[in-house]
Amino acid sequence: MSDPILATRNLKKSFGALIATDDVSIDLKAGEIHAIIGPNGAGKSTLINQICGGLRPDSGSVALLGCDISDYSTGARARAGLGRTFQISELAMEDSVLENAVLGAIGAGAGPWKFWKSALKTQGLTDRAEAALARVGLSDQRDMKVANLSHGQRRQLEVAVSLTLSPKAFIMDEPMAGLGAEGSKTMTGFLDGLRSEAPILLVEHDMDAVFALADRISVLVYGKIIATGRADEIRASKVVREAYLGDAA
Amino acid sequence: MSSILVIEQILNGLQFGVMLFLMAAGLTLIFGVMGLINLAHGSLYMIGAFAAAAVAGATGSFFLALVAALVAAAVAGAIVEMVVIRRLYNAAHLDQVLATFALILIFSEGTRWVFGSFPLFLDIPNALSGPVTLPGGIQYPLYRLTLIAIGLAVALGLWLLIERTRIGIQIRAGENDREMIGALGVDISKLYTLVFALGAALAGLAGALVGAIQSVQVGMGEPVLILAFVVIVIGGIGSIRGAFIGALLVGLTDTLGGVFLPEIFKLFMDSGAAQKSGSALASMSIYLLMGMVLIWRPTGLFGARA
Amino acid sequence: MRVKEKHVNALVIIGLIALPLFALISDEPFTITLATRAVILALAAVGLNIILGMGGLVSFGHALFFGIGGYTMGILAYHAQTYTTLDLGLFATGGTEFMPVIWVVAMVVSAVLAYLIGLLVLRTSGVYFIMITLAFAQMFYYFAISWAQYGGEDGLSIYVRNDFPGLNTLVPIQFFCICFVILCLVLFLKARLQNSPFGLALNAMRQTATRVETVGLNPMKLKLLAFVISGAITGLAGALFADLNRFVSPTMFSWQLSGELIVLIIIGGVGRLMGPVIGACIFVALEHFLSGLTEFWHIYLGLILLGIVLFARGGVIGLLTGKEGAHV
Ligand SMILES: Nc1ncnc2c1ncn2[C@@H]1O[C@H](COP(=O)(O)OP(=O)(O)OP(=O)(O)O)[C@@H](O)[C@H]1O
Ligand SMILES: [Mg+2]
Repeated sequence: MSDPILATRNLKKSFGALIATDDVSIDLKAGEIHAIIGPNGAGKSTLINQICGGLRPDSGSVALLGCDISDYSTGARARAGLGRTFQISELAMEDSVLENAVLGAIGAGAGPWKFWKSALKTQGLTDRAEAALARVGLSDQRDMKVANLSHGQRRQLEVAVSLTLSPKAFIMDEPMAGLGAEGSKTMTGFLDGLRSEAPILLVEHDMDAVFALADRISVLVYGKIIATGRADEIRASKVVREAYLGDAA
Repeated sequence: MSSILVIEQILNGLQFGVMLFLMAAGLTLIFGVMGLINLAHGSLYMIGAFAAAAVAGATGSFFLALVAALVAAAVAGAIVEMVVIRRLYNAAHLDQVLATFALILIFSEGTRWVFGSFPLFLDIPNALSGPVTLPGGIQYPLYRLTLIAIGLAVALGLWLLIERTRIGIQIRAGENDREMIGALGVDISKLYTLVFALGAALAGLAGALVGAIQSVQVGMGEPVLILAFVVIVIGGIGSIRGAFIGALLVGLTDTLGGVFLPEIFKLFMDSGAAQKSGSALASMSIYLLMGMVLIWRPTGLFGARA
Repeated sequence: MRVKEKHVNALVIIGLIALPLFALISDEPFTITLATRAVILALAAVGLNIILGMGGLVSFGHALFFGIGGYTMGILAYHAQTYTTLDLGLFATGGTEFMPVIWVVAMVVSAVLAYLIGLLVLRTSGVYFIMITLAFAQMFYYFAISWAQYGGEDGLSIYVRNDFPGLNTLVPIQFFCICFVILCLVLFLKARLQNSPFGLALNAMRQTATRVETVGLNPMKLKLLAFVISGAITGLAGALFADLNRFVSPTMFSWQLSGELIVLIIIGGVGRLMGPVIGACIFVALEHFLSGLTEFWHIYLGLILLGIVLFARGGVIGLLTGKEGAHV
């Protein structure tokens, strides 16, 4: 077994009396899609925030490529190789689609300390940005303002921006939400191919997508991982049925 | 340097602090409840002082002058809230800054138009003039002592209002969750007008009280306003308790710094230079205090919201 | 009527050249001085607009840098004119009356101060930022008042305007040209900056700091550099302003001035390259004409301002072009 690309150890975070993640240890191996599922409010986004640096865990640690990144800032974690998408779009709404993707290219490339040449006329940046947009199917929208995009297109742009970073691991928070049946299928196909570039930690409510994509699935309920396994194992697991699918049925 | 001097200066600092509190309480309340940054709060202070000076001049009664200050500032506050401020609650901070900056221009020039550019004077009432002897044989002006008492009484009253009354519950609810109080059936726009008028009245009262020991003139509100900003930044914007502690800290630092820093500097430099650098540093001291608090806690001592 | 922003911009620049030339021909030096004043205030506001329009941070204390620029000029020129030495601890200098040197020193001092102050104030945001920048400017205001060596409350007069090689700076039109060229140069650099990777990142940071962090950038560093550039430009404007008046005083640090600089930007329109320039022209014109009509012209200025905030959110360019434009 190879070393995991990304690993969390005993992540714990509480908001007052509420324990949002309770001793969560998961890992992400090269080439896999590891899905995290769980009911609303289970702590999935909270977990992602701790991995990516938006929230400080009360205890526990995060390691990327064997290197402890627990004390890194969000920016440093991104530079170290985490590519994140948000459940609720975090995009520059007044800017164009291309500008948002170029921002990613700036972060991935030479950084923002360039003051003379226009970013949108810098080929190194635009090439990278346009390639990412093309991959998610947003090329035609490149000059549109993000504010005028549909909800689904914003999700695609979120993914495109993370692509510009060429990360070591993708962390995606519900990339299918709001895509519609057709869009979900396209995105599923896309993520399927993406795993060979970098593994994906995928939080998703779309169960068809999860069962189609995931090499492994972890079930998070009330902040605790109650089961981890292959799709068929999770489907068959009694604990999961009781705690999670049981509720949903 | 005698201990009498020290105590006297501490009392001066307290007096300054409680007056700052009257200003800062309104500001912080208005920010806490309505999310509004109100630069025109200094104008309400000025309006209180002018109303008091005008009424005292006409009737000779200091008490009536204080009533006039409270009423004039509260009415001006309520009108401004209904005509202008109301449109700004959901606006960007920048718009709030600009609109209330515009109000300062209008109020200041309007007052100059009505009363002229010369300062007015408001006399300390006879009953409160002259010194009293405190335990330990310290002579201290009765009027300033009265100011301290009034300031503390207002602070207590405000605390009771907020902790113990229906309106207080609504105000606190408004600080935590604006939608909630609407859902509870409280008439928000009335509540906002009321809070604004209350803050204005406190500012007006401060203007009138301080007007009797300084001169009453156009532009008197803004230096106090800026100090009140420092106070609520130190205390944490939105927190009345923070405003109280911040006000006392600023009042004491400003007063004691002005007196003692030059003295301290004299210990290691010649007296002229010490006077100069001491007083320069003293005028900067409260800002240094603010800087230190913010390095320690970027949202102030009792602040939560950025 | 809707016009293109580009055309409005061109018109303003042409107007700013034509007016002083016209005044020169009809021999009205005061008009040239007014135009110079507008150009310098515009420069100060262009500086402020980098942190305010691009960075979305409402600095209510930019008079600080304006004053620092002014006092840098005042102190250097004072020592040069009185043949006294300025002892700076590490080294001593006789001051200078040479404009380019004064400008560089003013910008460097402002930039260093902006860096130090920025480290502290940029930790905060929103209302805290507004109040703290205000307080810092106020701190320098009081410091200037108590700084008796350089005039204290009365300020410091510089009897002769400083020198620029090849020009007679005391001739109004020549000094105007200096200021105008500097403004155009800074506007050009600002336009480059706006579209550069740095500008794009700063612009995105205003909208969502989280996104900027997530692509590996550091919002604090972006803000800090924006604040430093912003302070340096406003400092340069301060040095020119002091030279225009041949006088510096603590009022250059005053909060009214900080407020007016914001007002200039809003009149013209936030987030637009020429917003501050148009704002400054309108402001100086209003100041001139209204104060000729009534002693209480600030009332009308206040009413106009209220009207703009409540009803014309894109500023004057917005009214003309029908677009609100970027807003903070
Ligand atoms: N900043 C916060 N302060 C207090 N409570 C929070 C905070 N963030 C999240 N919570 C709470 O923590 C719990 C977990 O939230 P989280 O957003 O992680 O859930 P989730 O699994 O992502 O849900 P969803 O599927 O709806 O996205 C919820 O009960 C939520 O209300
Ligand atoms: Mg979530």
